[in-house]
Amino acid sequence: MSPCSGALVRETAESVARHSYGKLVAFLAARSGNVAAAEDALSDAFAAALEDWPVKGCPANPEAWLLTVARRKLIDTARRRKNEAPADDFEIETESLVEPVDEGEVPDRRLGLMFACAHPSIDAAIRAPLILQAVLGLDAARIASAFLMSPAAMGQRLVRAKTKIRQARIPLRIPEREELPERLETVLDAIYAAFSEGWLDAVGTDPARRDLAEEAIYLGRLVTELLPGEPEALGLLALMLYAEARRRARRGPEGEYIALAEQDISLWDHERIRAAETALRRAGAIELIGRYQLEAAIQSAHVSRRRDGLPNWPAVVKLYDALLELTGSPVAAINRAIAVAEIEGPGAALAILNSVCGDARVIEYQPYWAARADLLARIGASAEARDAYEIAIGLERDPSLRNYLERRRARLPRR
Amino acid sequence: MQYLLTLYSDESGWEKMTPEQQQQGVAAYGAYTQALSAAGVLKGSNRLRPSSTATTLRTTNNKTQVLDGPFIDSKEQLGGYYLIDVPDLDAALSWAGKCPGVGHGVVEVRAIWAMGPANYEQNAAEPAVAAAR
Repeated sequence: MSPCSGALVRETAESVARHSYGKLVAFLAARSGNVAAAEDALSDAFAAALEDWPVKGCPANPEAWLLTVARRKLIDTARRRKNEAPADDFEIETESLVEPVDEGEVPDRRLGLMFACAHPSIDAAIRAPLILQAVLGLDAARIASAFLMSPAAMGQRLVRAKTKIRQARIPLRIPEREELPERLETVLDAIYAAFSEGWLDAVGTDPARRDLAEEAIYLGRLVTELLPGEPEALGLLALMLYAEARRRARRGPEGEYIALAEQDISLWDHERIRAAETALRRAGAIELIGRYQLEAAIQSAHVSRRRDGLPNWPAVVKLYDALLELTGSPVAAINRAIAVAEIEGPGAALAILNSVCGDARVIEYQPYWAARADLLARIGASAEARDAYEIAIGLERDPSLRNYLERRRARLPRR
Repeated sequence: MQYLLTLYSDESGWEKMTPEQQQQGVAAYGAYTQALSAAGVLKGSNRLRPSSTATTLRTTNNKTQVLDGPFIDSKEQLGGYYLIDVPDLDAALSWAGKCPGVGHGVVEVRAIWAMGPANYEQNAAEPAVAAAR
């Protein structure tokens, strides 16, 4: 060990926190299922590091140092709790603490932890926040702001979910082969939910939300590294990379919304697009199609205009056909209609929209009304288009998107 | 870890069944019970008489009242239970999924909260901690 400055200590601690936090939580909670206790012990260990390292120097292996301290904390806590809790709980909680760890490498059980956080018996709405907290160490207040929830309510729901993992003994491990596809879907959905929350903040004015997209990509990449043979995990990673690649082009200098077709291609992150393309190709080689791969392929068809200047509409329609067949989602039907309009004209697209408008979910879905308004404007039905824009504007919460829709409406010819 | 699987179903369904169907239903539960037993996970199981035979007690204003009928007035009523001992929730859910009750009703899975004096009397011994140090 060598003595080191406060700045270096903080930097080392932050770097370990960033890269090892989830690994350490997953390892400490693997047997007991006590995620909250593992988090508490680890946060004590980080606090101890900030006191100890500036004096005694940074340890050669900071991760192992933190693990040792956190384990000691867990044993102390378990000892204190022993008088209150049943003995078998105590044994399980301390059992994991005697497992030897090779010098240098803490086994990576983050995926097991993710499967527990996204377990079907955990409330679907709290799975993404739970993964962000347990695997990445994000605090409840930051997660709450990204998910538009009060910190107190978010904190309570996270505590309740962790208590359920421990008390109902939800296992922190990768499910058996026959169960894996279905269970992996809930993990991927949770990661995508985190990404979507981050994606909604297009200009990145809210740092908590912008970072969320990056964190979700990190998690998505982690899953593909730990389960390299899963095409849908690769599909999700590709989808997120394609979307994130366009971040800088999604808003103009004044923060105004810019539709995909009008985006400046030079602002796209082409390195990210190439990474997305690689992931999607790897997924395709496994030859097992799924929702995320299809959505990523649609993104790929959209960005194909960076090569020949034109989006590949027939390919987009075909992909939406497949997606619609797989998911039956009205959102897929609406997006398909928009693509059909580019090939067969607005009339054909409107007929498709009319066929989904009976779905209750569609009535509150802003893009449905915006698409409808745009198609009505194109066939010259200005009055109806105006009404549809009105509803779309009323349903949108993002001011720049609302502004965009208002500009479109203002462009309609007056009678 | 022990889990209690509680089986809820619409009791009128049973009455509407033909004797053959009833026999088949009983046989399905018999086979399920046997499978649990053969796997060594079964700790206990019983079928309950219809909820019309239930009596409920509760105290209001310091007076205990005895009332006719089940606690919850719902179409689906508690009709039986299995107590099983398996390693974790996934194992419990896997067994619950095979229960015939899922086919004609609802099965709730709850972890048993281990209590009892045996769990508190071992405080003197500290083998796990000693080993960890």
